[in-house]
Amino acid sequence: MGILNQLFLAFIQVGMFSVGGGYAAIPLIQSQIVDIHGLMTLAEFTDLITIAEMTPGPISINSATFVGMRLGGIPGVLLCTLGCIIPSFCICLALAHFYYKYRNFSGVQTVLSALRPAVVALIASAGLSILLLGVFQSDLGGIVLSNFRWIEAVIFVGALFILRKFHPSAIAVIFGSGVVGTAAYLLLGLA
Amino acid sequence: MKKLCYDSATSDKKNYMKGDSIMRSKENPARMLWQLFKATFLLSAFTFGGGFVIVSLMKKKFVEELKWLEEEEMLDITAIAQSSPGPIPINASVILGYRMCGVIGSLVAILGTSLPPMIIISVISVFYAQFRSNHVIAIALQVMRAGVAAVIFDVVLNLAKKVVDTRRVLYIMLMVTAFVGKVLLGMDAMVVILCCLVVGLLDLVFELRSSRRKAVA
Repeated sequence: MGILNQLFLAFIQVGMFSVGGGYAAIPLIQSQIVDIHGLMTLAEFTDLITIAEMTPGPISINSATFVGMRLGGIPGVLLCTLGCIIPSFCICLALAHFYYKYRNFSGVQTVLSALRPAVVALIASAGLSILLLGVFQSDLGGIVLSNFRWIEAVIFVGALFILRKFHPSAIAVIFGSGVVGTAAYLLLGLA
Repeated sequence: MKKLCYDSATSDKKNYMKGDSIMRSKENPARMLWQLFKATFLLSAFTFGGGFVIVSLMKKKFVEELKWLEEEEMLDITAIAQSSPGPIPINASVILGYRMCGVIGSLVAILGTSLPPMIIISVISVFYAQFRSNHVIAIALQVMRAGVAAVIFDVVLNLAKKVVDTRRVLYIMLMVTAFVGKVLLGMDAMVVILCCLVVGLLDLVFELRSSRRKAVA
């Protein structure tokens, strides 16, 4: 079997069985690419995860692109990403169809209303972990006070204040904090 | 031109009840598809971190800025995207695109969401060694997290206020319990959603019972 076929089938499986978002996909990709097909070494795979986390975009698309590029060039990128997306596309399209068909029935509304507070909490927890990663460079269990980074803390408070007060677009805020923070680090000679 | 796309501002909600899943609107579909592509492309290009990060950015963009969706709808989409297999941002794009412009909208939204990481990672994989050791890039990526966190907290504050405004103790309790379960007890997001689904179903059973009792009385 050609390597492109192998990659495509491997990532279809990753797309189909990774329930619960980005981090759930990592062990699946590892088992497909490193353990079953031996397409990458574990060291290469670790680098891949680092890069996937450092760059924007969903982790599984990032890893699909990285694996595809290294093993099959541009066709590899396209096939891996496609494999990753196809299961999502089919399943979510069906779910979307049913959701919009039935969402106004009051029974469905009652059930969905109980899910919404949970989603708010889940988004809050994602925000908390990214904040801790920014300010302490660790998760909740691994906080060390001496790792506190005041530049990131100031940027967080400032950005939140600006968002509440002036409602700018999200991308402007993220980009702005990147520019201001990097400038602060370079000017203060902390880099 | 064929009227393909949904326009929430002029929508007639009753049509949902007739089983019409997608509304047709007067807005130019080509323009709407382009806006959809632009929005998903930019969000995907600037979003670091997991699926819930991009979902909160989508909420800010599509609910607050473009006013294409209702807030509850975005939360439902998030719950569906989280519970289906595959990357959450892709799942959310499929549903969002379908809502705006049907299957074509889905495809456009997927393209917008997956192109930026594909381009960025393809380039990086070529300049891999230099990228990893570049100090300025590392700092920029690190400080941007603070900005992303601020955006998420802004969205969370708005959403949490809505939940509190329902004045239903059940919902407020669910929100607090879910947060504690996820953050302090390390529960899986999937488990949290399933638990709340069970609570919702129980709530529905009680609701049906009490309305039947009222009907009898």
